[in-house]
Parts: sequence; structure tokens; C-alpha cells
Amino acid sequence: MKQLDILLALVLLACALAVVNAQHRARTLFIELEALKREARDLEVEWGKLQLEQGTLTSHARVEALAKTRLGLVTPPLDKVWLLEAGAQP
Amino acid sequence: MSVNYSSRKLLEVHITPSRMALVAGLLGAWFVTLGVRAAYLQGLNTDFLQGKGDAVASRRLAIPANRGMVLDRFGQPLAISTPVETLWARPSDTRSLTSHEIVRLAAILATPQDALAKKLKSPHKGVIAIDRNLSPEQAVKIAALGLPGIKLQREFRRFYPAAEVAAHVVGFTNVDDVGQEGVELAYDDWLAGKAGTRHVLRDRRGHIVQDLSPARGARMGGNLGLSLDLKLQYIAHRELSAAVAKHKAKGGGIVVLDARSGEILALSNLPVVNPNNRKNYRPDLMRNRAVIDTFEPGSTIKPFTVAAALERGLVRPDTLMHLPDDYMVGRKHITDVHYHPQLTVTEVLQKSSNIGAVKMAMQMKPEEFWDILHRAGFGEKPGSGFPGEAGGRLRDPATWKPVEQATQAYGHGLSVSLLQLARAYMAFANDGVVMPLTFLKREPQELDGERVLSVQVARQVREMMETVTHEGGTAILAQVPGYRVAGKTGTAYKLIDGRYSTDSYISSFVGLAPASDPRLIIAVMIDEPREKGHFGGQVAGPVFAQVMAASLRQLGVSPDAADEPAARLTRPLTNKPEEA
Repeated sequence: MKQLDILLALVLLACALAVVNAQHRARTLFIELEALKREARDLEVEWGKLQLEQGTLTSHARVEALAKTRLGLVTPPLDKVWLLEAGAQP
Repeated sequence: MSVNYSSRKLLEVHITPSRMALVAGLLGAWFVTLGVRAAYLQGLNTDFLQGKGDAVASRRLAIPANRGMVLDRFGQPLAISTPVETLWARPSDTRSLTSHEIVRLAAILATPQDALAKKLKSPHKGVIAIDRNLSPEQAVKIAALGLPGIKLQREFRRFYPAAEVAAHVVGFTNVDDVGQEGVELAYDDWLAGKAGTRHVLRDRRGHIVQDLSPARGARMGGNLGLSLDLKLQYIAHRELSAAVAKHKAKGGGIVVLDARSGEILALSNLPVVNPNNRKNYRPDLMRNRAVIDTFEPGSTIKPFTVAAALERGLVRPDTLMHLPDDYMVGRKHITDVHYHPQLTVTEVLQKSSNIGAVKMAMQMKPEEFWDILHRAGFGEKPGSGFPGEAGGRLRDPATWKPVEQATQAYGHGLSVSLLQLARAYMAFANDGVVMPLTFLKREPQELDGERVLSVQVARQVREMMETVTHEGGTAILAQVPGYRVAGKTGTAYKLIDGRYSTDSYISSFVGLAPASDPRLIIAVMIDEPREKGHFGGQVAGPVFAQVMAASLRQLGVSPDAADEPAARLTRPLTNKPEEA
């Protein structure tokens, strides 16, 4: 009987320590989770800014101006356009 | 009484019973005191103490809701919220800054140090904003300086990458990030989301270690995909701007509709202002005239007059009409710019004869003529969901006088918005079925349209409208090379203070292409052109042609013009290919 008591006391002690350990791990992981969430938010903000930048750089007014001035491109006149029938061989 | 603690003689003690009672009593009283105190703290005063404890460790944090993005139909951003830092200074504290510190701050802000020093040393009592538009990187550097009296605050600011090109549709938000106009206003709830709170436990280093209760009420702002095609929007805006400048007009508008789905692919107005720059904001410049304002449409109504006559079996497209030189309705003379003694019904439309149109309208009862205008959506809000959209004016046919019936046959005496007009033309483009308008991206065949005309009448009128851009029509300049185009011009005297002006016009053109299987409807309106012509075909027609040509190319629509179809396939039109 006495031996059982000691055994149970030891089991209780082990359980108590396990609870402390689990709680600690839970908190550590939670802190990590929070940090990652913050990082995700920051990345989202960064993404928004990059999109904004991309939107500005690829704005049609800018692309058109660059194509016309720097690259010297023109809209092809209709008589220079080839129309290909689907499946037809050129 | 003596107590034997041990059998050993040495440890034998002799305590008098009274002394024993005293010690036991004191110890007992001590335990009782502790017990009472514990009961008091744990039982009676627990709420107060729990609160104090929570105040140290637990926090309620606000969960901000970021405003969602507005995107075009291909996911190009039209409005994005991005964080900016505002730098605040309290001059009473910053006056003590050394010039060395100010130089370092000025370097980060990229502002002249004299101006900055002046602000920081101003006699102002409260707090002043030094810069409202700092990047987070700059903010980190400033915080690292650790200057007294300097405070940084993070705010979200809305940016519009398309600037003025899509300004009227997208609208804008105010300083508090609340939608004020356009889509930003119409879908504010969805875009804004909802801020919420969370209840958390913090450790002594400030880390959040546990959620005490589930987060409440927070909903992130959603993204909104519009029906706009930014490329078409840009083309439309560019051509409209060019035309308004060329004709020294007061303003103008353009609407590009998907003829099959009713989606608004592009919508632009002039004048306009860049929504990124709030300093230049004026309410009249942000007004989406194509949706909110109405005008008398003029001859662009005539296809409906003709459709009504065809529908009632009063005429056929080739019916020859004899037109009087001076046609009187009541006391009003109906006149044409160019008089033709006889025209077929198709030619009435092609040459935009007022007399012909009136003659057809006068053969109907007012209710019959009203019926088709009503079915085409005039006098009713077009249902685009845009804030403040106008329904225009179409009066009750019971009150029509004959002269009113006559003038409405050529588009005077009723008013429409440009969007309404474009929507109504969907009946001709879409074999008689008008799809509901939308500013949001729509899946194909998501909704059923409303039948306005029979397939036969819609096709007949469409064919007749093709002649408008042919030789002898009013809008040769609206031709689009390679495509068959159907459309109608309009040139209306402007109503100014209830009277028709004699020198102010509204020139318009509404058309669709390719006529064999329409994909796009474009409505163009130019307000008060002053130079280089004022007729719809001269002023609005070319804008239509330019935008239609570029848009069809952009969408990859095959040309349908019937001239030498065989030669035009796999071979340039005229020049021999340089290499085969």
C-alpha cells in the first residue's frame, strides 16, 4: 500500500512537470506563431507596395511612351497585318 | 504540567501551563488572522485583484482591418492601401534639438534643413505634422535617432496606380479611409472590412503568449474585381482627351460595354483629376458624368424610333418615304440639315433625317412609341449599382402633346445618361436582349438578359445602322478598317436654362462592332465642341473609330469586313510579303 502511494506520488510529480513543460512549449510556439503572423503581415504590405510599383511601371501610358520613343515601335498599318486562319498553314 | 520531549534528562524542559496556553493562543490567533486575510483576498476581493493582475499581463488589442484592393478584370491594381508614416513634432520639446541632430533628421526626410529647423523651432504650442508620407524604412531610421518631441504614427494611405485614367469609376477615399465616390463608396463595406479586438496574455518582455478568448468581430477588407479592362480604359481615356483638346470642348464621356455580358469595360469622363493628389480635388472634377449626368441625346434615339415603326409593321427597311420640305407638327417646324424629298427608311437613319423620323413616330400612338423607349430603359435607372446614377427623364405618354411626340422621335424632350444610351444599344448588338449592367467582373452566362426587341427587328436595325458609316452616311469618320461597324450619330442643341442654345452642342456617337457578331458597344459624348466642327459624326465618330479599332485589336477579334475575305487571310492586304 505504501509502495503504491509512493508510485502515485511519483506519477503525480511527473504529470505536474509535464504540464509545466507543455505550457512552456505552448507559449514558445505561440510566440513563434505571432512572430510569423507579423512577418506575414509585413510581407503582405511589402507585396502591396511592389504591386503598386509594378502598376506604376507598367502603366499603359508609360509603356506606350517608351515603346514609341525609346524602341521606335509603331502600330502596324492594316496592310502589313497577316491574319492567320486557325489551323491554316502559312 | 511538564512535557517530556525526550527521555534524556538534558532536554527536559519545564514549561508552566499558563505560558503554554499563551503561546498556543498567540499561534492560534496568528493562523486565524492568516485565514481571514486569505478568505478576504481570495473570496471577497477577488475581482479587484484579478483585474489588477490582468492589467499587468493581459491586454485587449485592436485588430485593424486593412482596406482591400480594387482590381481590374485581369487583376491589375486600381487602388491599393499601403502604410505610410506620419512624423509629428512637439515644438516645445524639439526646440532644444542641436543643429547636428536636425541635419541628420533632414537627411532622412530629404528636406532642406532650414525649413525643417524653422518648423521644429516654431512657437507653436501643440503638435505639428512634419511629413505625412514617410516610408516605413525612413520611420525606422528616425526612430533610431531617439530625438525628444518626435513621434511617428503609422497610417494607411490609398494609392491609385491608374491615376486619373480610371478615377471616375474607382472613386476615392477621404483621409479617414472611407469611400467618398465611385466604387470606393458603393462597395465601401466590403472593401473596408471591420476592425475587431483580441484579448491576449503578455509576458514581461511584451510578447503575446496566449489568446485569452477568441478574436472577435474582425474581418479583413476584401478585394474587389471590377469589370474594367485597364488597357481599354487607357485607350478610351487617351482618345477622349485628344478629342476634347482638339475641339476645345468643355468635357466629354465615353463608355465601352461588352455587348454580350453587359460588363462595363471602360468608362471615362473629362474633366478629371488625379485622385492621388488630394490638393487638386474639386467635387465637380470627380463627377462621373457618364453615369450621373443626363443630356438630350438627339439623333442617337432614332434607331429606336425606326425599331418601333418596324415592330408595328408600319414600314420595312426599304419603304420609300416622301418627305415634305416643311413639316409642321402643331406650331413647330421640323427641319433637316440637308433636305431630301424622298428617302428609304434605311436612308432616313443613314442621313439622320428628322422629318423622316418624326413621320414614322407620328404614325404611332403615344403609348406605342413610349413603350419602346421605356423597354430600352430610358427614364429608369440603368441598375449599374453606381452611387447616384441617373435615370434620365421620359415623361408619361398620357401627358404628351403631339409636338413632344415629334421631338422625341429625334431625341429632344427626353434626357438620358451616356451609360443608359450605351446600355440601350445592347438591344441592337445582342439580337434584342439587354443584359444587366455591372461594374463588377461577371462570369459568362451568369445572368439572363431582358428581351427588348425581337431578333428580327434588332438585326434589321443593326444592318440599317451599318449604312451610317458608309458613303452618304453621317459618320464616315467612324469607320473602323477591317470591321463592319453599325452606329448612329447625334448632334443635339444644349438646353441652357430651359432654352435651346443656338451655338452650344452635345455631339455623340453610339456604335457597335463587329456588326456581324457584335462584341463591343462604344458610346462617345463630347460636350460643347468649339472648334473643328460640332456634328456627332465629325467630333465623336473619330473617337469611336480609334477606340474601337484599338480595343478590337487588343481583344483579338477577327475582322469581319467582307471585302476580299480570301485575300485577307494569311496574306497582307496589298503589299506582297517580303518573305513567304
